[in-house]
Amino acid sequence: MHMLRHWRYQGFAVVLGLALLLLMTNAPSPQAQAQPRAGGELVFAVPSEPPSYDGHREETFGLIHPVAPFYSLLLRVDPVDSNKIVGDLAESWTVSDDGLMYTFKIRNGVKFHDGSPLTARDVKASYDKIIFPPEGVASTRKGQYEAVEAIEAPEAQTVRFRLKWPAASMLSGLASPWNFIYKADTLAKDMHWYENNIMGSGPFIFVEHIRGSHMVGKRNPDYWERGKPYLDGYRALFISDTGARVAALRGERVHIEFRGLAPKQRDDLVKALGSKITVQESPWDCILLVAINHERKPFDDTRVRRALTLALDRHEGSRVLSQIAIVKEVAGVQVPGTPFATLPEELAKLAGYGRDAEASRGEARRLLKEAGAAGLTFTFKNRGIPMPYEPLGIWLIDQWRKVGLTVNQEVIEAAAYYQVLRSGEFDVAMDFQCGYIVDPDLDLYKFQSSDKNPSNYGRYVDRTLDELYEKQSRATNPEERKQFIRQFEKRLLDDEAHYLMTLQWHRIIPHSAKVKGWMITPSHYLNQQLDTVWLSE
Amino acid sequence: MHWYILRRLLLMLPTLLGVAVIVFLLMRVIPGDIVEMRFAEGRFFNRELVEKERARFGLDRPLWVQCGDWVWGLVRLDFGLSMWSGAPIRQEIAIRLQLSLQLAIMATMVAVLLAIPLGTLAALRQDTWIDYVIRIFSIAGLATPSFWLGILMFLCFLIVFQWIPPMVFTPFWRDPWQNLSQMIWPALAVGYRYSAVAARMMRSAMLEVLREDYIRTARAKGLWQSLIVKRHALKNAMLPVLTVIGLEFAFLIGGLVVTEQVFNLNGLGLLFVQSVARRDYTLVQALVLLVALVYIVVNFCVDLLYVWLDPRIRYQ
Amino acid sequence: MTAVNSSTDAHLQISEDAGPSHWLVGLGTFASRWPLGAAGAVIIVLMIGSAVFAPFIAPYDPLETDFAAQFSPPTMAHWLGTDAFGRDLLSRIIYGSRTALLVGFASAFLGATLGAMLGVASAYFGGPIDLVVQRLVDIFLAFPIIILALAVVSILGTGVSNVIMAITVPMIPNCARVVRSSALAVRQMPYVDAARAAGFGYARIIFRHMLPNVMAPYLIMLTAFVGQAILLEASLSFLGLGVAEPTPAWGLMLRGAAVEFAESAPWMAIFPGLAISLGVFAFNLFGDALRDALDPKLRTL
Repeated sequence: MHMLRHWRYQGFAVVLGLALLLLMTNAPSPQAQAQPRAGGELVFAVPSEPPSYDGHREETFGLIHPVAPFYSLLLRVDPVDSNKIVGDLAESWTVSDDGLMYTFKIRNGVKFHDGSPLTARDVKASYDKIIFPPEGVASTRKGQYEAVEAIEAPEAQTVRFRLKWPAASMLSGLASPWNFIYKADTLAKDMHWYENNIMGSGPFIFVEHIRGSHMVGKRNPDYWERGKPYLDGYRALFISDTGARVAALRGERVHIEFRGLAPKQRDDLVKALGSKITVQESPWDCILLVAINHERKPFDDTRVRRALTLALDRHEGSRVLSQIAIVKEVAGVQVPGTPFATLPEELAKLAGYGRDAEASRGEARRLLKEAGAAGLTFTFKNRGIPMPYEPLGIWLIDQWRKVGLTVNQEVIEAAAYYQVLRSGEFDVAMDFQCGYIVDPDLDLYKFQSSDKNPSNYGRYVDRTLDELYEKQSRATNPEERKQFIRQFEKRLLDDEAHYLMTLQWHRIIPHSAKVKGWMITPSHYLNQQLDTVWLSE
Repeated sequence: MHWYILRRLLLMLPTLLGVAVIVFLLMRVIPGDIVEMRFAEGRFFNRELVEKERARFGLDRPLWVQCGDWVWGLVRLDFGLSMWSGAPIRQEIAIRLQLSLQLAIMATMVAVLLAIPLGTLAALRQDTWIDYVIRIFSIAGLATPSFWLGILMFLCFLIVFQWIPPMVFTPFWRDPWQNLSQMIWPALAVGYRYSAVAARMMRSAMLEVLREDYIRTARAKGLWQSLIVKRHALKNAMLPVLTVIGLEFAFLIGGLVVTEQVFNLNGLGLLFVQSVARRDYTLVQALVLLVALVYIVVNFCVDLLYVWLDPRIRYQ
Repeated sequence: MTAVNSSTDAHLQISEDAGPSHWLVGLGTFASRWPLGAAGAVIIVLMIGSAVFAPFIAPYDPLETDFAAQFSPPTMAHWLGTDAFGRDLLSRIIYGSRTALLVGFASAFLGATLGAMLGVASAYFGGPIDLVVQRLVDIFLAFPIIILALAVVSILGTGVSNVIMAITVPMIPNCARVVRSSALAVRQMPYVDAARAAGFGYARIIFRHMLPNVMAPYLIMLTAFVGQAILLEASLSFLGLGVAEPTPAWGLMLRGAAVEFAESAPWMAIFPGLAISLGVFAFNLFGDALRDALDPKLRTL
């Protein structure tokens, strides 16, 4: 007996020791592998081109990828840890005890590309444009800052945000990658100047933009952070065809593409280029939703909607679709792995998230029969974008077929799509949501009642849901907030099945192994200032 | 003759006007507009914002006012600004024009280099296996979708040669090698299709000319004379071939649309597809008008050529 | 055939006496004179056959997914392999011929017929009507086909019937222009003037005298259009503006997954493309031979 225990102890100690050794050698140390090398031009592909240069106005990542490096933000998401928020222009900040006053200290010595100094005035002018846009100026995200009462710039290096009520998501709201800081004097002269011109304080200076072809930026030698950026410059190539983008990576004509590729494309690249390719993957804060028109019979019946979600075998879907599309994780209202996401065991209790597909489908058929909708035929409207709308559309129709529903798909071109959704001319349609940062306020906003929120195409009113949203938005205690989010999720996806979540997107970025210092985040809008990026040769 | 030319020139104007108005109406009938395209999908959708932006583009004015504005601009040769980028349309088109023009010219060269010898050979060796092979080759050019050809080409490069063509367009004078290594492949894909029609025309034109009496007599007289006669035959057969080449040049633009997408070329075809998708009314209108103008002018030149080269033909 | 009494036509009489098989002889003559055209005809018949008998010859349901068999190469179980959803490629190609032929024939027929009627009417009435129609035709001809088709699809939406309409629209002016020139020639004929003098209504003259005489260019345009229509449908589907998933259609099958996975699963891109090419090829061959047979002078088309 003694001998056995002794032996077991020894074995255990060896295993533990080995494990610790493995952990230590494999632990990712931020840029401890090698010293950043200065120089080189980063070439990357961008799938779409920005219409204008004004970050306060546009909504496409086609703006962020080529233009974000020209500007600084007040706060930004940490390039190394996407769950943290750090200061960009803000050196430090304090929040008052009642949560109604946010005070930021702006760095000294920051200069715009034209040489003029950047002060709190510029920050105030930019945020005034975002939150309180004057007549004729479009600010597409001002609805996010309803809690802000006023912005003050009492001194050259101090900016204060005064709030109407304590907002738990204020800091992440201020870390929005869209909130470029513009020059106050320029804005005073012409509010629309920044739509067609670029002049910021970011790590790179604008060189040229040939429409349809490329955009070029060069290193800012007077950037406030000494030693950065490492790159001499960058070149953004506008390549709209997916195959051509992959071919560009394959032929080593571009270093990286910042949106995301499909799994098979990653496999092809790895097979072709081997060690010359590094792959980074992460869950993506984008998801396709199924919008159900509550004003059309029989979709006003909760049982029918629940049947629709019960019919979907999300786990099998995740397994098969992750091979051909950019989706993977089974998710609720928050990206799996983030602070407010529901744990998988809890999630499995919701309708349609269980592991027993047959039981769920049986329940779905029962509900349909009960509601008098067995063998229902309806039209599913989908958006004319190949990835991942097409494969998900095919999958959804296939799953609904399995519970006896006959579904016809109607594909509508992108430009006309939202008009259709907004006018309510649909039974069931594909909707989508992409966040620039994983934040419950942002991700849950859409599902509030349609009379409060025009981007809710489900056409329903649910006051309980609205109350839960408000409660979580003002809950400064994270544990309390989690509870409210959990209740919101259960009501939205299970009890009432107002909207259905399909599968969380999965971001796959295969890039040239020469690119270092860029860490993937759950959002393709984040970490695009490129100041930490360097090329190993 | 001069009356004829004048009449044709004058007739061009109402046709162009008709095209301008129709494309204007077509775009307005298509559901969705640029404001939808740019601002509709945000979660903080704001009806007020959309209305204001729409007013900014002048889209809230009555249709006839907008149309009048557009036509009046045309008269002053002012195409306006692109709704998507805000840049002058002249600039947007100028950037892509070089590439598309080069592609069109190269494709035409490929077509001519393929069609004339192949068509002549097929006619001279009529009903032999050479004739059949050439005819099958030509018809295959008509039948194969050019985008599929492009996909196959890319596949071939990747799998067999482990190489892809350059991604960014460099003008010919700046770096001829780079330019050609990018442009030759789409030129081949489009040119092959283009040559198909011309080759068939060459063949039947040659056949008809060869049947003429004077050719047959010359043949009977001996080989040396038949050589001279063959040159004669060629010259007379060229007329319908040139006609076809000229007419098809305008249709090239349709072929450019899909090809530029597959080969990722920053040309007018791609611009057109993108502009329609974005509902950039002004740009689409300008592009369609440009294409129509090219088509009408080319038609006109071909007709003139016809009249000039063959005095037997006279139009009332 | 009208009875002929001349002795030089004795051989014709003999073939007449041969009875019902004389059309087989005619067919044989056609095949030997224009072997390429005959080959085209055979392929067309095969296509039509596969479209009509699709439920009997297709091994699988074209909509049935089988995720376990995703991306499988051509094997005994799936002769042409499977696509990204495990759907059998052979079955989808067979059923795809239905879509191709439906769209091809419908739009070609509608386009050619409407165009022909327009051309003939315009030629017959002449004067200001002719001028206006001519201008309109000129205007629509100035639009590249794909642009008109794009516009119509954008207005009407996707789906088979809308695609048919989208492809029909650009074909009408094409046919109108060609048929009009033939009709103009017929209109000059003395018997048309005689008919008018006799007081026959324009409808009767158009339908009984002019239309039959423009049959040749009409038929030729028709066969040419079918091939073009199939190609156009493929292009529209490729651009995402044609038939919608999960309907099997050749152009649709070349889109998206086929291109993305072209390297690891080339059969997804090769076979539908081959089907399109073969179909259009056959119609072109047949149309060529038809043109040669009907009137060699019409080679300018």
